[in-house]
Amino acid sequence: MTTAPPILKHPMVKYIREDRMPAIYCPGCSIGIVTQMVARSIDNLGLDFSKVVIVSGIGCTGRTSGYFKTGTFHTTHGRAVVFAEGVKIANPELEVIIISGDGDIAAIGGNHLIHACRRNVDMTIVCINNFTYAMTGGQFGPTTEHERFSQTSPRPIGNPEHPFNLVQLAASSGATFVARWTATQVRRATASIEKGIVKKGLSFVEIVGACPTAYGRMNRLGDGLDMHKHLLKVAEIQNGLPPHEAELDYDRRIVCGEFVNMEKDEYTAVLKQMREKLRK
Amino acid sequence: MPERIMFTMGDIASAEGALSAGCKYFGGYPITPATEIAEWMALRMPQVGGSFVQYEDEIASITSVIGASWTGVKSMTATSGPGVSLMLEAIGLAVMTETPLVLVNIMRGGPSTGQPTRGQQGDIMQAKWGSHGDYQIIALTPASVQEMFDQTVQAFNLSERYRVPVFVLADETVGHMRERLVIPDEKDLKLEYRKLAAGDPADFLPFKPDEDLIPPMALLGSKYQFYATGLTHDERGYPTDKEDVQLELVARLNNKILHNADKIIDLERFMLDDAKIAVVAYGTPSRSARKAIKEAREAGIKAGMLRLKTVWPFPEDALADLASEVKHIIVAEQNFGQVYYMVKAAAAPTPIHLMAKPAGMPQLPHEILDKIKEIDSL
Repeated sequence: MTTAPPILKHPMVKYIREDRMPAIYCPGCSIGIVTQMVARSIDNLGLDFSKVVIVSGIGCTGRTSGYFKTGTFHTTHGRAVVFAEGVKIANPELEVIIISGDGDIAAIGGNHLIHACRRNVDMTIVCINNFTYAMTGGQFGPTTEHERFSQTSPRPIGNPEHPFNLVQLAASSGATFVARWTATQVRRATASIEKGIVKKGLSFVEIVGACPTAYGRMNRLGDGLDMHKHLLKVAEIQNGLPPHEAELDYDRRIVCGEFVNMEKDEYTAVLKQMREKLRK
Repeated sequence: MPERIMFTMGDIASAEGALSAGCKYFGGYPITPATEIAEWMALRMPQVGGSFVQYEDEIASITSVIGASWTGVKSMTATSGPGVSLMLEAIGLAVMTETPLVLVNIMRGGPSTGQPTRGQQGDIMQAKWGSHGDYQIIALTPASVQEMFDQTVQAFNLSERYRVPVFVLADETVGHMRERLVIPDEKDLKLEYRKLAAGDPADFLPFKPDEDLIPPMALLGSKYQFYATGLTHDERGYPTDKEDVQLELVARLNNKILHNADKIIDLERFMLDDAKIAVVAYGTPSRSARKAIKEAREAGIKAGMLRLKTVWPFPEDALADLASEVKHIIVAEQNFGQVYYMVKAAAAPTPIHLMAKPAGMPQLPHEILDKIKEIDSL
């Protein structure tokens, strides 16, 4: 009788709720890759995981918080950022990470995003941009390119709107650390998430990902492997480029890198100073 | 802090009540006629070591309050009807995730932008039914500056005890009137705090209720890891589309309030013991009713008042009892009839007469007296 070989565990599984596996994600989706990036960032920094809070909104990416084995919260649609602000301001000792999708962060939650950047609360936003509302079946959203097809911009009509460039949006709103990578640049993206966590201020890291099930299928971009290969091919690293030049053209060129890393008074630190001023 | 006496307005009394209750987080957005609460908090919160944050809108304000509450900090927001309309999404989230929070609604004229500087009581049904789905909240209705303080303290106690959003529903007149306020010595205040998770973190189930139907709460940043979601969830907090879990969860969220209604509900019986005509009122109209009833008594009419200090959960047993004591019930409220329908359902077949006034000036004492006389002559 042969004994079964021991089952090897993924090194990041210590951060994950194994009893919730398998995750809901489709084959070929990028969200699992980004989940791992966040886990590796926490691991590399040696953070006390019980002091890490992971918050997300609604949608496929919105489910990510629920797979982490710490204090996690799944808010209503678009509200991850403001829930997280309440957490961080009420207890600045906590390390607050928001993982949410482009629709959640930039459409229904767009107002909260720009004001959180302006306020400069010390939190890290990891926004997975898959160009579509995937959970609801693939409608166009705030990052969908002009004339792309979706369930609400069907062939031969195409998307009548124009996309946000999330790097430009976060940078112009006042985020103190802004980066973009694709889901295929795992080590560089992980390093940027780490920098974002360490940064005392609002950090925004966009990860351009693939949704083969909805966006890929409707725009004939191939399967998950094809889409990830494409992302790697068109990713162009331009660290330090002014954010307004950080182009995102899915077919041709996705400019990646760290575009903003600046110093600005952080909100919870300012509140602390105000309290001390009043006590004098 | 020892006892303090102020001559101040209802809005500020509510803010001071929150501070006395230990509130350390206020997230808000300016809106007439509740702005004075935010303004007061902007200075007072940092003085007590708390946080005041002015957000970009009411959705952000209340959602941040939910976040703050999950770190273990007593948290609140204050607004008026249009702001509550925006907050209803988060009320549902707070109900579903069993988050203690206090929402002070200084009610103004509606619908829509309505009359921002004029009082009304048009948000009674909104507080209970505004968010989607079936749920219970608690709503208190103060009628004086002192009660703005006292009932805000009580709102925090109830929200902590039952892990539920609690509304303080004050009409604009109560919010802006100035009266004497006695802030008791902090030693004399009875303050409550939520039950916290205890025991081995490995065995902890974040939404497993105790016998009282209320689960102990794990806080963010504690040794207890958990997932909280607005999705229907089991005792582990994990989402599910199973029908039995949905039925059990919704029943528990409702029953933890309904089964404790007698402990929550606060009423004042005024000159009711031998009354033949009862006025049911709350907030500012109850002040007019008090004067009208005294004058009716002087005129030999046996009138009294049941004053509601709690509108949700609705005191239906007390209304049923009242219906058996009196011959007529007058409901005087500053709206087109909201509590009226609840009274009708609880007190039938006793005749119920509505004195509706969906406008800024409440029913005046002589108007209520005339109504009492009219009913008495039937």
